[in-house]
Amino acid sequence: MNNHKLSLLGKTIVYALLFLVGLSFVAPFAWMLSTAVKPLDETMKLPPVWIPSEFLWSNFQEAIDTMGMFWRYAWNTFYISILSVIGATFSSALAAYGFSRIEWKGRNQLFFLCVATMMIPFPVIMVPVYTLFRELGWVGSFKPLWVPFFLGNAFSIFLLRQFFLSIPKDITEAARIDGCSEFRIFWQVILPMSRSSLLVVALFTFMYSWNDFLGPLIYLTEQKNFTLALGLQSYQSRQGGTEWHYLMAASTLVILPLVILFFFTQKTFIQGITTTGGKE
Amino acid sequence: MLKSGFSRSNMPFCQLERRNLRNGLLFISPWLLGFLAFSLYPLISAFLYSFTDYSVLASPVYVGADNYQTLVRDDLFWKSLFNTLSFAAISVPLNLAIACFLALLLNFNVAGKSIFRTVFFLPSLVPMVCLGVIWRWLLNGEVGLVNQFIQPFVDTVNLLLGSEIVTPSWLEDPSFTKLGLIIASVWCLGHAMIIFLAGMQETPTQLYEAAEIDGAGFWGKLWHVTIPAISPYLFFNLVMGLIGSFQIFAVPYVLMNGGVEPMDGPDRSLLFVATYIFQNAFNNWDMGYACAISLIFILVVAGLTLSVMKIAESKVYYAGGQDE
Repeated sequence: MNNHKLSLLGKTIVYALLFLVGLSFVAPFAWMLSTAVKPLDETMKLPPVWIPSEFLWSNFQEAIDTMGMFWRYAWNTFYISILSVIGATFSSALAAYGFSRIEWKGRNQLFFLCVATMMIPFPVIMVPVYTLFRELGWVGSFKPLWVPFFLGNAFSIFLLRQFFLSIPKDITEAARIDGCSEFRIFWQVILPMSRSSLLVVALFTFMYSWNDFLGPLIYLTEQKNFTLALGLQSYQSRQGGTEWHYLMAASTLVILPLVILFFFTQKTFIQGITTTGGKE
Repeated sequence: MLKSGFSRSNMPFCQLERRNLRNGLLFISPWLLGFLAFSLYPLISAFLYSFTDYSVLASPVYVGADNYQTLVRDDLFWKSLFNTLSFAAISVPLNLAIACFLALLLNFNVAGKSIFRTVFFLPSLVPMVCLGVIWRWLLNGEVGLVNQFIQPFVDTVNLLLGSEIVTPSWLEDPSFTKLGLIIASVWCLGHAMIIFLAGMQETPTQLYEAAEIDGAGFWGKLWHVTIPAISPYLFFNLVMGLIGSFQIFAVPYVLMNGGVEPMDGPDRSLLFVATYIFQNAFNNWDMGYACAISLIFILVVAGLTLSVMKIAESKVYYAGGQDE
């Protein structure tokens, strides 16, 4: 309805709705930030105090200190996320190339199978996967959280395949006639053309690993190995969920890197989401 | 350089075909290995484990269909299934409707469109654990922001009707816990909204012009142009929404787990299938039973997702054929 001319009344309604919904979407964030810098007694006040009498920035330091090994958790999360990103990007790009740029018998059937695996809910296969890692002696280490990403990720394969299909055939035909190996075509022709799609896959994988909770919950046994998500949950359950200012400060710290990352990559990010939702 | 001069088009057909097959399989081999290890093997072994008594510490002991017999009579399993399906049945359509509505609003050429888009999208970046912690605070029965917000409405109703309605204790009252969870899930509809918006922006303007010539008003255009044009996106969002809601685990777990409440909520109102699998596997170390639940659940999920896809697919309108 891009070209639709709105009447003045229509415009007023649209803006009023946008502001109202917008406010209610911002309110939880605003409340989180406001609580994060409040003194404890003001968190429970009625009617609610939006602007604290004094801004206690020290709440952040307090939250970091009382959470336990905050920086350790942050490093663990970062470590797992980065390895997952490297693994998912490389292995999914390889598979997506095989599913799009080479024609072979059974390709489409296997690709269908690949897409179908996206529909298996993780909780359903959680037990056998856990016992598999247990037999490998990996439970308690980070390996179960990043190694699987080196074996392709259906969602990323799907996304990259969409992009690889949109690259004209002639570009690679020329290289083929010159006798380039498939891997060289992949590495030197296709990948450099796909930077933005690869970035999308990297971003999504990073977000996924950063957010993952159930994985760390079942595989990580020692506190020093916790991720931020697991650390935050265990912090909440340890203190019984009463010191809301610290909890909100800690939540802010966990969310912040993602928000910063989003603002730097907004365009690619939004584009990535729209490619996945395209007609297929 | 003789070899490289040997262009592929001169190669005997079956040799080229064989070479492509080999290369194709080589390229997808990481995924193929992942598929065998993390999809096929788990499904098969879940099936085998489901006929055993298995605690991880000792080797599995074959018990026949015992687990399934227990399962059929297990009220908690049925409750978890009911909770999961009812959550999906309410939250998915609600999320889609609101996401679509917001996308429609943004699709009028409003000033500050990108700001609004960011505002609606940001919550979907919030990690699930943070989501649980934040909404525990927002849904707090006494000082939670949600109750602060609805208090004036409740007061007005009470004043007008002389009733004595009180604001709900979202996290303690079993009849409100799911609603609280649904509110939290609506906050995270950003992904779906962005996809709808993309669909709307791809709709050719000629379609609207043609509809206008035919005398269609705002609603006419919405119903006969916009909705059919975005139906593939609607379909995608629907399937993704369903898959996501079937896995729900982290948010209710964190919402309930301040270390005080049981993890499945008051009166087990937040006992979802994933929660129940987790409890059986990692609290009771009853892997066999957990696998039996998993298997029944995946059959239910597959059946439901496929039938929704079948029904939806017949209604989806693909401009210019199904394949691009």
